[in-house]
Amino acid sequence: MKTFRMGGVHPEENKISNDAAIEVMPVGKQMVVLMNQHLGAPATPIVQKGDKVKVGQLIGEAQTFMCANVHSPVSGTVLKIDTCKDAFGLAKPAVYINVEGDEWMETIDRTPDIKRECALEPKEIVAKLKEMGIVGLGGATFPTHIKYSVPEGKKAEYLIVNAAECEPYLTSDYRVMMEHAEEVCVGVSILRKALGVPNAYIGIESNKPQAIAKMQETAKQFEGIIIEPLKVKYPQGAEKQLINAITGRKVGSGKLPIDSGCVVSNVGSCFAVYEAIQKNKPLIENILTVTGKELPSQHNYVVRIGTTYNEIIAHSIGQLPETTGKVISGGTMMGKAVVNLEAPTVKGNSSILVMGEKEARRNPESNCIRCGKCMHACPMGLEPYLFSALVKNNRIEEAKEHNILDCIECGCCFFSCPANKPLTDEIRLGKNKVRAMMAAKK
Amino acid sequence: MTHDILIAVMVLGALGILFAVVLYFVAQKFKVVEDPLIDEVAEVLPGANCGGCGKAGCRAFAEACVSQGNMEGLRCAPGGDAVAAKISALLGCAVEQGEPQVAVVRCNPANCGDKRRSNYDGLKSCAFQNTVYTGESGCPFGCLGCGDCVAACQFDAIHMDPATGTPVVDADKCTACGACAKACPRRVIELRNKGKKERRVYVSCVNKEKGAVAMKSCANACIGCGKCAKVCPMEAITVVDNLSYIDYKKCIACRKCVTECPTKAIHDVGFPAPAVKPAPKPEAPAAEKVEIPVAEKVEAKL
Repeated sequence: MKTFRMGGVHPEENKISNDAAIEVMPVGKQMVVLMNQHLGAPATPIVQKGDKVKVGQLIGEAQTFMCANVHSPVSGTVLKIDTCKDAFGLAKPAVYINVEGDEWMETIDRTPDIKRECALEPKEIVAKLKEMGIVGLGGATFPTHIKYSVPEGKKAEYLIVNAAECEPYLTSDYRVMMEHAEEVCVGVSILRKALGVPNAYIGIESNKPQAIAKMQETAKQFEGIIIEPLKVKYPQGAEKQLINAITGRKVGSGKLPIDSGCVVSNVGSCFAVYEAIQKNKPLIENILTVTGKELPSQHNYVVRIGTTYNEIIAHSIGQLPETTGKVISGGTMMGKAVVNLEAPTVKGNSSILVMGEKEARRNPESNCIRCGKCMHACPMGLEPYLFSALVKNNRIEEAKEHNILDCIECGCCFFSCPANKPLTDEIRLGKNKVRAMMAAKK
Repeated sequence: MTHDILIAVMVLGALGILFAVVLYFVAQKFKVVEDPLIDEVAEVLPGANCGGCGKAGCRAFAEACVSQGNMEGLRCAPGGDAVAAKISALLGCAVEQGEPQVAVVRCNPANCGDKRRSNYDGLKSCAFQNTVYTGESGCPFGCLGCGDCVAACQFDAIHMDPATGTPVVDADKCTACGACAKACPRRVIELRNKGKKERRVYVSCVNKEKGAVAMKSCANACIGCGKCAKVCPMEAITVVDNLSYIDYKKCIACRKCVTECPTKAIHDVGFPAPAVKPAPKPEAPAAEKVEIPVAEKVEAKL
């Protein structure tokens, strides 16, 4: 079975919400839609206080290159345009909408039939992705239309779909494959057409045998979709690792996947692409796992973007257990702790993970013993212990020379460190310092 | 035999003389003339290489002084007036008297400590924590409490107060080099004039949020109500972006703003402790004042 060559770890999988079918989360009374739900500049609000909006109506327009459109997830009246504190307590521009009824835009096809044929030309597909505000749902929320606008002089040879879901606890991608396999395959075919590549490869880790079987069976009906079972290893879902696992190619330092002729999309994004292109439905919903060992029940939901963490928790489990240590948005490896449960969810949120006090606690740090486990674990072939020392002593130039910017912040070094040194944190600080230094030099 | 020795001595001797001549001319040609004054000035400086003057180190500062010929715009904060006087004497120029300064932490610790909204267990670095989230207090502008400033101080003049989790400046040791101010990712620390008799009045908050939001972050936040600016006789107070700022050059330390401030965000330092009796009086109206501006703002916004 294929996997990537260098490094990697195997954390406890904990896919305890695997069997929970996707439920629909009811819409709250008020929605707060943040304007930067994606990588890049925030969108500009184009509605005003008092405006009536429908579900799927454009409310934030992308006015710069690195930006994505934002649509209303509900119908109602715009209360105000103000700032709202996000999950990490930082104020972001937002549109507040008072929910009234559930009136959708007429253009959106809400029938359950699956539409397979797509008559659009590649350029039209990309333009529509931009219009519908589709972003990568694998975690980075990179605007999809930019990824599929292949720059001149470069050629895409492979389309790779990330269905590895290597993060512990997360099961939203698994549920999408189990329940929407056909839609995903249509989405993949559309992206394949947009790129003009002969084959698309869907990489699924072997701990999801049912998803592999289901996807293999569905993919038979489609041309040029190949399912690749992968050996279980974290971070298989990271772009560069997945490319290495499936094609054997290596993406060089500071290079993008397209430099190696590859484009990678998440399986959740493919489902969103299907809905956008075939059903005219903008990205207004997330598929989100609510999980945790101490929770009474496990859930997978389809949630309108803008629903607050508190609303989701209240609907799914009532209230947080008393022993809650952390609420995490994302998985255990790359997820971030949420400090503001009043915050609305945004595009790309894949999970609400509730961890008990014991599980959430970091072990006390001790000194580095130069065992080199972090080096063996690093999937990018870097030297985390070295960065830790360089950053601490402010030797930023040297850190840059040792390719600190190649770090994908997967957390393997911290996970494997017997001294519990917060290596990933130190590297992130170092990356910030390197970027600041480079900006100052310009 | 003796012949060989003689030849060797003569060849090596001739080579030695040749190289000596070459080296002499090269040394003449590329001679670096350094003013001996630089060494003298460098001798006078504290030698901490703190970088507070903006130069690469003490020697660079000495070079700048000597090349300029006077001390205009150059000041060694750790050395203060004494060093400035000595350097001026060496340079033979007029003494530039500067107002002595001190680092001031502009965050109100009264609300922190036990009122934390989250527990941060990541890397102990303010610079890193600042990129992750708002910090334990929930205020996106306030002190993060990991002690980057303490690590930056070369004079042992700033320490974390374990009770409040915010740093405290030791005014006697502080040389106002500004290293802590530079190290703080949230720009909470500011250099201010020490003031007459070391009496200082300053707004101990850098929160730029709107009043009601700021109040949620911290009960002692500046809400930008502008009452202090109205009461100030010297027009030393300006309110920009919902945050009041006292210009230390204009301030006469009359303390009218301190009593006026509804959230007690304005601090006074170095004044004799007030008499015990009038304690309950200023508190009662202050408590009322807390409510009024916030309530007004909330209504106005909704």
